[in-house]
Amino acid sequence: MTLLLAILALVCLVPAVAAVLVRNLIHSALLFVLAWLGLAAFYLAVGAEFIAFAHALVYVGGVSMVVLFAVLLTRPGRESALPAPSAQRALGGLVAVSLVASMLGSSIFWTRLPSVEPTPPVPLRRLGELLAGPYLVALLLVGLILTVALIGGLLLAAPRRPSEGGDA
Amino acid sequence: MILAAAAPASPADAWLERAPLLLRDALTGWLPDALRPWVAALLSIATILGVFGLLFAYMTLAERKILGRIQNRPGPNRTGPFGLLQPFADAIKALTKEDIVPRAADQVLHFLAPVVLVALSLIGLAVIPFGRNLVAVELEASVLYFFAAGAATELSIFMAGWASRNKYSLLAAMRALAQLISYEVPLLLSMVPVVVVAGSLSTTGIVAAQGGWAAGVWPHWHALTPWGFSAFGVFMVAALAESNRSPFDLPEAESELIAGHLTEYSGFKYALFFMAEYLGMAALSAMGVTLFLGGWQAPLAVLEFIPSYVWFGMKLLLLLLGFIWIRATFPRLRIDQLTRLSWKFLVPLALVNLVNGGLWAVTSDWTGAAGVARWVVSALLVVVPFVVLGRSLTAGYGPRTYRYASP
Amino acid sequence: MLGKGLLQGLAVTAKNLVGSYHDPARYVTQEYPEVQPKLPEAYRNFPFLVSETADDPMGTLRCVACQICEKECPPQCIYIEKSKDKKPDATGKAQIYPAVFAIDTAVCMSCQICVEVCPFDAIKMDQEFAIAATDRFGGLLLNREQLAKPNAYYHQIHPTEAAEVDERLAAERRAAEEKARLAAAAKAAAPKPAVPAAAAAAAPGAARPAPAGSTAPAASAPVDPVPPPAPRPPSP
Repeated sequence: MTLLLAILALVCLVPAVAAVLVRNLIHSALLFVLAWLGLAAFYLAVGAEFIAFAHALVYVGGVSMVVLFAVLLTRPGRESALPAPSAQRALGGLVAVSLVASMLGSSIFWTRLPSVEPTPPVPLRRLGELLAGPYLVALLLVGLILTVALIGGLLLAAPRRPSEGGDA
Repeated sequence: MILAAAAPASPADAWLERAPLLLRDALTGWLPDALRPWVAALLSIATILGVFGLLFAYMTLAERKILGRIQNRPGPNRTGPFGLLQPFADAIKALTKEDIVPRAADQVLHFLAPVVLVALSLIGLAVIPFGRNLVAVELEASVLYFFAAGAATELSIFMAGWASRNKYSLLAAMRALAQLISYEVPLLLSMVPVVVVAGSLSTTGIVAAQGGWAAGVWPHWHALTPWGFSAFGVFMVAALAESNRSPFDLPEAESELIAGHLTEYSGFKYALFFMAEYLGMAALSAMGVTLFLGGWQAPLAVLEFIPSYVWFGMKLLLLLLGFIWIRATFPRLRIDQLTRLSWKFLVPLALVNLVNGGLWAVTSDWTGAAGVARWVVSALLVVVPFVVLGRSLTAGYGPRTYRYASP
Repeated sequence: MLGKGLLQGLAVTAKNLVGSYHDPARYVTQEYPEVQPKLPEAYRNFPFLVSETADDPMGTLRCVACQICEKECPPQCIYIEKSKDKKPDATGKAQIYPAVFAIDTAVCMSCQICVEVCPFDAIKMDQEFAIAATDRFGGLLLNREQLAKPNAYYHQIHPTEAAEVDERLAAERRAAEEKARLAAAAKAAAPKPAVPAAAAAAAPGAARPAPAGSTAPAASAPVDPVPPPAPRPPSP
């Protein structure tokens, strides 16, 4: 089990790190997809079937498309951005390393790790009942926020009236 | 009477019905217990690969034959009797052709795209119940698994298009993305009422929920209820778009984009794309059969002596034939028509249908006059939105007038 | 309503699919190598040389190697060498004949100008289209033995046109005969009335009418020697 989790962690982390390091944005996005898939596999390994598939469906099927679309539509003319000045890069690296170190350190030292005994997975029906019962308000709020975001996106993308010089 | 007496008590016990399981047990019976599930899993994988590989091969032939007949010509008929060996000739040709990778292409992604595509098209088949007890993997959320696997196929089309470093391919990649974003929504929305009504996210549960007959003749298939019929229609249209089949074959539109994402592919990689297209089509059709057409259930009780997997196969072939028929009939949509159809027609229809399915699930215990009312309300909830949305969709697209030529 | 047109379209294709199995009008394909196409009479492809008879094509070529077609040919695919000697043609009149007559069908563009300029109706358009060869130089370069086809074949592929041509040739011959007869009669009438019988006996022999497709009148004509090999013979 530990070995499996270690392998999955590797599958998750290596593409994630690579995604940050590669200069090609498309490669970066595709590596992210791989990392998300690794995360889904993680869920699967601990028995959270529904979460795993929902995660894969939403992230691999939906979010990745949006990311790729955004990358393709907003890409600058040149293949890759100019390298930043070395002082800036050093500063950025320092900030990133200290941030990751503090986050990792806090989580490792101050978090009580849960026991490794596998807990029985929540049955799907129970999950549904929980979502439609105690967590209904939260679910509806999330839905509302997403709807607002969608409408906002539509408003931004909607063609302007001709008097405003839009291209509609 | 003698026949009835001789027939087994339940169709599930018939010898033909259990033949695949018996065969599996005969093949794995001599193995130690620890190995048996693994070998059985391998066997089911091999069976799916073999059956769907052959189905792919003969689907290409059937498609060419039927398209030919529809266009008043015979189709391939030279290789073997009735052209039956044509798929193998095609395979040999594809295998022996030179594999060309453009120098500017992204070598890794260019290679990976067809492989990933075929793999993703195949793994969805694992959760399809091909017959009574014939499902490779039992999962609690298998419907979700299927769509999660299918959602990533367009990603590989994007990879193929982008990695080819060709402007036509890149356009195809963009179109594939736009198409996926548009049609994933109605596809999933049309499947939700089925889950609501069946009360299960597993394919076997959904098929089990469609067993039995109303009044002894009307199967409880979802497609035979008003909401289910509407959902089935939306599902099949979205499935057409998801599998990049005509009239939604914009990513490979030959007449506009040469071959879209396939432009820079040759030899066996091209064949892999072809294979993935047919496998994806077969997988989505199989899902359609499972969700809406009662899976492996026989349409009539007296026909239950025919094994369940035969019924499944017949329904699957019927849907695939529909795909071919549609390809032979309709011209390709433009990209704006494509997204318009999805967002302004299919998605609202599926949303209304969601309410409809919910109502159906709530009123499942209504009988008698209330039962009739339930059918009428459900039918109205399908027909009225269809007419209204259809009118708004076609508004401004009046009948074509010919100024210079008579039609 | 939305969908009506779609269903109509589906019905059309379904009718074609089913109809192709029983209705010949919905299944128009001819399977070529087994079923040879029925070509329209006016179909033309590459030129051939008309000979009067089938059993002695080289001896009865209408071509007199005047080289008009060679000069007119736009892509210049015709190559002719005149003979040094003269041989009697189908009508028995001594004529120059083509020692070499070659057409490169790889170059020919089927324009039919050679046919239109030929004053002797010696070159006509063929209907043979399956001329694929394994050798693109020699295999497509046809020499006069390959080009020569009897007048009967011409009648077979272009019956109307061939009948017209035959009628015209016969009329020309009759006119020539008449002229010769008149000339002979005039000759006989004026200075030496002593030898009319000889002239009358010679005239019909010289201008004997030769209907198309008739048996060779040249039985008395000397058998022509084997022609020298063409400069660019076709590869075997």
